[in-house]
Amino acid sequence: MFKTLASYFSYDFVRYALIVGVLISLCAALFGVILVLKRFSFIGDGLSHVAFGALAVASVTGLTNNMLIIMPTTVIAAILLLKTGQHTKIKGDAAIAMISVSALALGYLILNVFSSSANVAGDVCSTLFGSFAILTLSATDTILCLGVSIAVIVFFVLFYNKIFLVTFDEDFAEATGVKTPLYNLLIAIFTAIIIALAMNLVGSLLISALIIFPALSAMRVCKSFKGVIITSGLLSVIATTVGILAAILLSTPVGATIVATDLLAFLLFFIVGKIIKA
Amino acid sequence: MSQIICRDLSLSYNGKTVSEGVSFTVEAGDYLCIVGDNGSGKTTLMKAILGLKLPDKGEILFDKESRVRAGDIGYLPQQTESSKDLPASVYETVLSGFSGKMGLRPFHTKAEREEARKNMERMGVLHLEKKSFSELSGGQRQRVLLARALCAASKILLLDEPVSGLDPNAAADMYSVIQDLNKNLGITVIMITHDIEAVVRYSSKVLRMGTVPTFFGSAEEYEHNSFHSENDEEDKNV
Repeated sequence: MFKTLASYFSYDFVRYALIVGVLISLCAALFGVILVLKRFSFIGDGLSHVAFGALAVASVTGLTNNMLIIMPTTVIAAILLLKTGQHTKIKGDAAIAMISVSALALGYLILNVFSSSANVAGDVCSTLFGSFAILTLSATDTILCLGVSIAVIVFFVLFYNKIFLVTFDEDFAEATGVKTPLYNLLIAIFTAIIIALAMNLVGSLLISALIIFPALSAMRVCKSFKGVIITSGLLSVIATTVGILAAILLSTPVGATIVATDLLAFLLFFIVGKIIKA
Repeated sequence: MSQIICRDLSLSYNGKTVSEGVSFTVEAGDYLCIVGDNGSGKTTLMKAILGLKLPDKGEILFDKESRVRAGDIGYLPQQTESSKDLPASVYETVLSGFSGKMGLRPFHTKAEREEARKNMERMGVLHLEKKSFSELSGGQRQRVLLARALCAASKILLLDEPVSGLDPNAAADMYSVIQDLNKNLGITVIMITHDIEAVVRYSSKVLRMGTVPTFFGSAEEYEHNSFHSENDEEDKNV
């Protein structure tokens, strides 16, 4: 088995996949904690569908780098969703459900009507569930991913204390001079960026898992915020690494394998959490 | 020495005017209780003082000589369900009180860490520092949040129903730490409460919202005023 793995690692694309996968899952896990605690997980879900719609448009226009369309669209959607979540006439969750199914439907429609590809169903399936796209990353993709992920992580570390307070108690944060709306906006924008990046890794339907699972697992066993953040990040990195390696060895779909690993880890943490509390 | 001067404030909540013509002055070292029916704009007034909401009319002035700025005010929000299950340790919670003061500095200084410990000790929660906030009793939670408020500000504390939901012992405990802060540290306390006994016993001034005109005066004057008794008894049962 190790021999097989070693031989795979001699290929650039396997190494790229692993680097990108690890970085994206780390980012997703960090912001996942915030989203889960702020009760924003549905925003992640809505955004992933918007990202799918954007990808459909991008692939029809035939741009070589589809991130140019996906990233801005998702970011704008994130800002809109955040605004509707705050002061609403239409209930926030209903608005998000509406936007997300519309994006999904329109995306599929556009792909079907305009696509020049011979295998539309296959294309759609791979964008929804993650294809082997992660294994076809070029050096440029990897560098882009690397840069953005590092920016996200640096932001998180530098503003950790403010993010904590804004998550914990918005009113108190604002009353004591922390610019709460600004941080909420930044959190939404970074979430959108992570989701756009993660599309390559697990596909748009499974992104929520990458955001939610590590945070929920960590919250089963940790008592402090720092503990939850660190555990969530580590767990996510490990689950993604195991998932990618397993997918290569077993020739299973990468995205689904990663999510299955995350689910297994959650079950494990759930049981451990029960034992600790008992 | 006046710290906060409110003149002829009109406040609204969800587009509906809840109070008009509210005027009062807060002096350094005051213990001001804000009472009134539910929906009379008590919390809205507090948010206006904190700068979270703009009044429709009137002005809120912070006295220049006493050098009070919006950032010198600590706040203990009304307890909400959502904040109860967050995974954060007591120490992290208290330390987060400094966030507003930190500006763009990313990490806490040693002095801040020490002060956080001191405030926890004053509130009697230092032994809980590694515990998770969600494991605490209601009374412990409120004292932790009070310690956090102390980290944010050392001049004025705004407390929104600090004893609601606490059992009588925990409530008495809470009142005594608040009194200690007011008496011994000279911190100005502005507290929303439904507890008329506490108003009479601890406060130096009372602001009653929801009546026209709004009552503002000393605790003795308030006690001898007959209008409060019926309505406030009702409030207590809500």
